[in-house]
Amino acid sequence: MAENKKAILRRRKAVQATQKITRAMKMVAAAKLRRAQDRVLGARPYARELARMLGRLVAAGAGKEHPLLRPREVDDPKVAYVVISADRGLAGSYNVNIIRAAQEALRRETRTVRLITIGRKARDFFVKRGVKPLREWVYLGEEARWPVAKEIVGELMQLYLSGEVDEVRILYTEFINPVTQRPTEIQLLPLPAPAEAEAGSLVDYIYEPSPEAVLERLVPRYVETVFFQTMLEAKASEHGARMTAMGNATDNATELIAKLTLQYNRARQAAITKEISEIVGGAEALK
Amino acid sequence: MAGEIQVTVITPERTVLKDLACDAVILPVVDGSMGILPLHAPMVAVLRTGILKLKHDGRYEPVAVMGGFAEVSEDRVTILAEAAERAEEIDVLRARAAKERAEARLRSRQENIDRARAEAALQRALVRLKVAGYLAENRRN
Repeated sequence: MAENKKAILRRRKAVQATQKITRAMKMVAAAKLRRAQDRVLGARPYARELARMLGRLVAAGAGKEHPLLRPREVDDPKVAYVVISADRGLAGSYNVNIIRAAQEALRRETRTVRLITIGRKARDFFVKRGVKPLREWVYLGEEARWPVAKEIVGELMQLYLSGEVDEVRILYTEFINPVTQRPTEIQLLPLPAPAEAEAGSLVDYIYEPSPEAVLERLVPRYVETVFFQTMLEAKASEHGARMTAMGNATDNATELIAKLTLQYNRARQAAITKEISEIVGGAEALK
Repeated sequence: MAGEIQVTVITPERTVLKDLACDAVILPVVDGSMGILPLHAPMVAVLRTGILKLKHDGRYEPVAVMGGFAEVSEDRVTILAEAAERAEEIDVLRARAAKERAEARLRSRQENIDRARAEAALQRALVRLKVAGYLAENRRN
């Protein structure tokens, strides 16, 4: 009986130690999630204004021929799938979901596929299965940064413009709210032109120095912005998923600790009862 | 009063200033500077890395702008910049370090350096230092 009691105590201590870790991870993730959420919101005005400007230019008839906007007609087109995952695990089903969505997309795709990974988890998964990514980025930090995003998307545009790939699609996790994230696929290149639906958008604008020069610079910036947005959302989703997963783990630990405490007390009581009955039995025998 | 211009400056990472009422705006456009007064015609302009000047409260406030676009319409000016900082937000030490790094790279006469990139970095650092300098001058007064 004494052995059993000790074992229960040891087990409870272990669970308590684990709970300390999961609780700390949950709190860290919550703090990071807040920042990531602020960054998603902070990036929206820029994306919105840029989309408006570009939409107006395209509506005015400019840019039909811009290489980043015009769909390409080629034999055997190559499609690049960019999968954005996390570098670390312990984020519930975050990595599993996005990787599964990627597998699904790759299986459905009938054209020639090129894989590009962001984050260690996606890279490891596909490398283990013998798929070598065309490009890979890992350990980009706990926060999506503009200069980093710009560098990556610059390379994606390079791949597209050089004709190495004919389409670029992004698979990332859309951030809906802290407990809900959804794997999502978008087409980055050729860029689907943003619709300009606003009334009064037909005002004649002066373009300085010229509409072509403005478009020339606007389109790459817009591609960068769209990509940056996906990285921001993926990061917020990751922290949200981790926070939820660690919250659940902490709750489970609390439950387990309560159960173990109950078991321990039962064992203790049983031992005491047994001891008393032995003493009583012994006293009886002496009579 | 001829009216005011509402100025908003946005970067991919944040909103630097929103609806600041100004009497005049000077934009760093690609081939020089361009003054904007109230009732300006609708316009979209490409900006270079330079100093945006916003006239409010009787003086021009400089803002460091790292390339981008400006849209003028209905007495609103919206600046979309890769990065932008007001004088008090500038990290002078970092800008100074960036300036020295860029200058060293330009001096090094190696074949494999990206001159355009180094020059752009130098330009950014100079603009930042200049804008921050304005602040120091004003403080002395």
